[in-house]
Amino acid sequence: MATTLVPGAIVAPVAEEEFHIERHGVWKRFRRHRLALLGGLVIVAIALVAVFAKLLPLQDPNFIDQVNWTGYPLAPGVAGHLLGTDENGRDLLARLIYGAQISLTVAVAAVFMELAIGTVVGAISGYYGGWIDYTLMRITDVFLSIPLLPLLLVLTAIVAASSNKAALSFGVIVVIIGGTSWPVVARLVRASFLSLREKEFCEAARALGNRDGRIIFRHLLPNAIAPLIVQGTLEIANVIILESTLSFLGFGIQPPTASWGNMLANAESNMAIAPWVAIFPGLCILVTVLAINYLGDGLRDALDPNMR
Amino acid sequence: MKHNFGLDQPLPIRYLRWLGMVLQGQLGYSTSNSEDVTTAIFERMPATLLLMGCSFALSLAVGVSFGILAAIKPYSLVDYAITTFAFFGQSMPVFWFALMLQLAFAVTGITAFGYHFALPSAGISSSDDFDLGDHALHLILPVAVLSLLSIATWSRFTRSSMLEVVKTDYMRTAAAKGLDRMRIILRHGLKNALIPVVTIIALSLPSLVAGAVVTETIFAWPGMGRLFFNALGQFDFPLLMGYLMMVSALVVFFNIFADVAYAWLDPRVKYN
Repeated sequence: MATTLVPGAIVAPVAEEEFHIERHGVWKRFRRHRLALLGGLVIVAIALVAVFAKLLPLQDPNFIDQVNWTGYPLAPGVAGHLLGTDENGRDLLARLIYGAQISLTVAVAAVFMELAIGTVVGAISGYYGGWIDYTLMRITDVFLSIPLLPLLLVLTAIVAASSNKAALSFGVIVVIIGGTSWPVVARLVRASFLSLREKEFCEAARALGNRDGRIIFRHLLPNAIAPLIVQGTLEIANVIILESTLSFLGFGIQPPTASWGNMLANAESNMAIAPWVAIFPGLCILVTVLAINYLGDGLRDALDPNMR
Repeated sequence: MKHNFGLDQPLPIRYLRWLGMVLQGQLGYSTSNSEDVTTAIFERMPATLLLMGCSFALSLAVGVSFGILAAIKPYSLVDYAITTFAFFGQSMPVFWFALMLQLAFAVTGITAFGYHFALPSAGISSSDDFDLGDHALHLILPVAVLSLLSIATWSRFTRSSMLEVVKTDYMRTAAAKGLDRMRIILRHGLKNALIPVVTIIALSLPSLVAGAVVTETIFAWPGMGRLFFNALGQFDFPLLMGYLMMVSALVVFFNIFADVAYAWLDPRVKYN
């Protein structure tokens, strides 16, 4: 416990400079990863289109074009529908873009919840160790041993059974996904904290009489943030797939609200005459998820060169 | 009636009763068709095991070969092609891949050499009579769908594991003896590179199970996954609980198996 205390004023400038150099290196490494750059641009573009959907010259995503609709999906280009319509005569492009709003918002919100729970559980577990760690990790193990998708389906079915399917609103889906997929994050944070709590700066912070909460969130967490950013990015991709799968199976976002998943739910029956209804929403999911995965890969290379 | 079924009891009591029953090997009765849950699940198990077994074998063969192929010449064209494929495979939503394969091979069909043929897109066989060829045809699309994610994951993992092994001293020794790279990798490297792969394979069982639910639902495959999905629509909770219970047990079993296999393959690993 022979830690020498260094006055903060002397440490600060050095640390800042190091941080600056470090940040510079991160950007340099990230820039080298062309596909990650491209992925980032694609994500920004999709997010901008989704956020400013109202400003675009689009039809109401739930408007049924009764004038031209014949009971079958309209082909792309027909009657001013750039990508055609779905089986109910609703403009596919408008639904794709408003669906992007829903799918992306669910993903981001759920991942934030996941990161929050996972970080707190992992930090407490890793920092305190002992029986607290043991108990929290066994709870984590229980979550990890149940395959996620079936678990999510059962939870949404419980909500649907206790009221009705319309109760599966945006918020419920976010809470269910965020509340079940945090164990991976908890494990990650715990692993970082196990090594960080042995470091000298942690001991110094403790010797200065800081409260545990302050040590955990102000001193240790910033040092564990790099893998969290990477994992958070990749998790957004995972949650987009999870949400779209739930919605496709009818236990996610409920129609008429458009989500990329539920737009595919009825596409199968019309696939022979209207393949575009099945192709476009899936393509949106694939492109978005692929872009995020490349972005995450680039971030991992840039932030944590030792990780692979 | 509520009293006879114990439905007037509070939830914790009902849960404890259910737990007690599970310990006696009794998972209760389905509320949609009053079938015994254990029997219902075991009846559908062979179909699921057939699907998962085929997919497992295919993923192992293709995934590991792709990983080795990519690692033989890192950053070559082959490596880029395989890595890109792996990224696509990991980013592909399973259900959409299933829809697209159905569209390409079952709905539209393939025309080649003057013949037009389409693969079956639903069910496990066309008739009740056993016909191996017919079974195989019905397996193609579901197995392809279920295997994509594991092929992608396992090939990436095999590649990076192999690249780690290539850096080791004994690999350099083998190279110094003048053996060609192919031989070094297959004879000396593979055994060591596959040790960590065993873990990732055992740990990807949950995603295989989840994939099976989607695949079986889309391809009308008469397995556990489809049973589960149908029970979902009926809010048949004894069946749903039973399924989750069985599947989780399977996952735990595979994790233990992975740990044991790991220690057996790598004598340096010791468990206290």
